[in-house]
Amino acid sequence: MAGAGRLQARFAALKAEGRAAFVAYIMAGDPDTETALEILSALPAAGADLIELGFPFSDPMAEGPPIQRSAQRALAAGMTLNGVLETVRRFRERDQTTPIVLMGYMNLLLTYGLVAFAADAAEVGVDGLIVVDCPPEEADPLADALDRTGVALIRLATPTSDDARLAVIARRTAGFIYYVSVAGVTGVKAVDTAGVGLAVERVRKAAGLPVAVGFGIRTPEQAAAVARVADAVVVGSALVDEIAAGLAANENVTSRVLETARRLAQAVRSVGQATVQA
Amino acid sequence: MNALPTPNDYSAYPDRAGRFGDYGGRYVPETLMPLVLQLEESYEAAKADPAFRAELASDLTHYAGRPSPLYFAQRLTEHFGGAKIYLKREELNHTGSHKINNCLGQILLARRMGKTRIIAETGAGQHGVATATVCARVGLPCVVYMGAVDVERQAPNVLRMNLLGAEVRPVTSGAATLKDAMNEALRDWVTNVHDTYYLIGSAAGPHPYPAMVRDFQAVIGEETRAQVLDAEGRLPDALVACVGGGSNAIGLFHNFLNDANVRLYGVEASGRGLDTGEHAAAINGGRPGVLHGNKTYLLQDREGQITEAHSISAGLDYPGIGPEHAFLHDVGRATYLSATDDEAIEAFQLLARLEGIIPALESAHALARLADVTRDVGKGGIVVVNLSGRGDKDLAAVAEHLARRA
Ligand SMILES: Cc1ncc(COP(=O)(O)O)c(C=O)c1O
Repeated sequence: MAGAGRLQARFAALKAEGRAAFVAYIMAGDPDTETALEILSALPAAGADLIELGFPFSDPMAEGPPIQRSAQRALAAGMTLNGVLETVRRFRERDQTTPIVLMGYMNLLLTYGLVAFAADAAEVGVDGLIVVDCPPEEADPLADALDRTGVALIRLATPTSDDARLAVIARRTAGFIYYVSVAGVTGVKAVDTAGVGLAVERVRKAAGLPVAVGFGIRTPEQAAAVARVADAVVVGSALVDEIAAGLAANENVTSRVLETARRLAQAVRSVGQATVQA
Repeated sequence: MNALPTPNDYSAYPDRAGRFGDYGGRYVPETLMPLVLQLEESYEAAKADPAFRAELASDLTHYAGRPSPLYFAQRLTEHFGGAKIYLKREELNHTGSHKINNCLGQILLARRMGKTRIIAETGAGQHGVATATVCARVGLPCVVYMGAVDVERQAPNVLRMNLLGAEVRPVTSGAATLKDAMNEALRDWVTNVHDTYYLIGSAAGPHPYPAMVRDFQAVIGEETRAQVLDAEGRLPDALVACVGGGSNAIGLFHNFLNDANVRLYGVEASGRGLDTGEHAAAINGGRPGVLHGNKTYLLQDREGQITEAHSISAGLDYPGIGPEHAFLHDVGRATYLSATDDEAIEAFQLLARLEGIIPALESAHALARLADVTRDVGKGGIVVVNLSGRGDKDLAAVAEHLARRA
C-alpha cells in the first residue's frame, strides 16, 4: 500500500482509536543527511503518526526564521531533491506504514520535471506532496503528473479561505487538507486554540477529508487543545528549533528532537476526540 | 528559444490566468490567493472608472510633474556618431525616477480598497522613496523592506525614507539585497493580510502586479510616442531601457509593442561579467523557473536553488525579471543585451560630462549599450533611451568603485 492509500489507512486506524494524529515536520538534510535520516527513522517510535519532510529551498517565502534557517543548514550540508528522495527510500527500507508527505516549493519540482518527480517520489514511497507556492490555479500540471502515481496532492486552507475558496481548494486533492491555523509564516504566531475548532469543521465539511492543523503549534498544551478538534496536529518549528539549539549547545540533536517529539505525541494521545468524523 | 509563433497583438496579454505565454501566473501561498484575486478585481474596476483615471492623471501632472521631457542629446549623439539619441527624462519626476508613476497609481488603488497600511520592497531605494512619498501624502503608515547591503550602499535614500516618515527594515537573510527584501515583504503580507497593501515596485510578482505596474508605467511610452512624433514626425527606430524587474522598460515599450519596426532593447546588468557568474542577467544568464509569485527567467543552479545576483546597481541586483520580458524575449519581439559594472560606470561619467546629467547607475546600464545600438540603427535613425532615474543616490558607490580601480 502506498500513496493516498497509506494516508487513508493511517487516518482510518486513528479514527478507530478515537484520537488525532501527531504529525512531525523536519527538514531533510538538517543538520546533515545522516543525522536527519536518524531522526526521521526514530520519529515513529517517538510517537509520530505521520511525517512531513521538508525539501530545502533557497527562498522559502512562507517560512519564519526557524524553518528558513533549517533550510539553510540543509543546503549548506549539500541536500538536494534527489537526496531527499534517497532519504525517503532509506526510511522505507524499515518502515512501510508511516505516511510521509513532502513539503516545499515549486521551483525545485519544475527543475526536476513534474512527471519524473511524481514517478520517482511514488517509487521511493512518498505518499503526499504539499507545494506551498502552488495554489489550485497553477496546480493542474502537477496534479496531472501525480494522478498517474497515486501520490496525493495535499492542499492548504487558511483563515482567509471563505466557502467559495474552500470549494476550489477541495478539487483535485486527496489524503487530507492542511489547515494553516494562522495568517502568517511558520513558527511566529501562536494558534488560536479557541477558534480553530469551528474552522476545522468548516474545512472538513467542504473537503470531506481529514483536516490537519499546523503553523503556530509549539507546546504540548497547544497540541492537546488542537488534538481535541482536528484530525491531525502538525508541529514543525518547535522541532527544528531543537536542532538549532542542539547545534548551538554542542549537544546530541537527535535526542533533543525526539524528546520534544515524544512530549508532543503524548499530549496528542492524551486527549480523546468527540468530533472526529472524516 | 525563439520558436514560438509571433503574436500580432500584444495588448491581448496577459490572459485571464495572468499569463504572458508560459510566463507569469500566481504562484503564491494559499493565504494570499484571496487577496491577489481581490486585488485583480479591484484593479479592473478602478481601471474602468473615469474618476480613478482622472485623479491619477491629475496627480501625475501636478504632483509628479509630468509629462517628463523628451530631450535631444546632441553631444551624446555626436560622440557616438550614429543615430540621433533622445533621452526620456524620467529622472526629472518628483522623487527622481520613474517609480513615482506606479506608486501614485497603486496608492489610489490601496485607498479605494480600504487598506490602512502599506509595505514595499526596495533595492536602490528609489521605489522605497516613492512609496514613502505617496504614503506621506495620504497619511498612511509605510514599512519598507531593504536588504542590509543596500541600506549601506544607498544611504541617502534611507535618510529620505526616514524623513518621509517611513520605517525602513533592513533585511539580513541571503545576500541581503533586493531578492531578500522581497521575500521579507511577502512574509509581512502573509502575516498582515487583513489591513496591508503590498505596493510592489516593478513589473514582477504574482498577477495582477506585472500587468498593473506596466499599465501605470505605460505613461512613459505614451508620452514618448507623442513627443517623438512632434519632434521628428515619425516613430523612433529603437527604444532602450535598463531592466531590473523591468518596469521602466515595459513602461517605455508597451505603446510600441505592435509597431514591428520599432526595435526594443532591454539592458540587463552583467555585473563583473556574464562568464564570472557574478551578474544579474536573468535572461542572458538564467533559465525559466518560479520565484516571488511568477514564472519567469531566473538565476538558479542546476537544482533550482535561486542564486545570488550581483550588480553595482542596487536597483538591478535581482535574480529575476518581469514575466512579460521573458515572453517578449522568447517570441523575439525584444532583444535583451547586458552591460557590466565597469561599462555602467563609464556611461555614468560620460553622460555627466557630455550632457550635464548625472544618471542613476541603473539607467547608466541602458546608456552603456548606446554605442552598439546607435551604430546598428545608423545615421539618420532615431533612438530613445529611458533615463529612468537620477544619480545623486549613487555618488558614494561610484566614488568607491573608481577609487578601487585607481
Ligand atoms: C532609477 C531606476 N531605474 C531602474 C530600476 C530598475 O527597476 P525596473 O526594471 O523595474 O525599472 C530602478 C530600481 O530601483 C531604479 O531605481
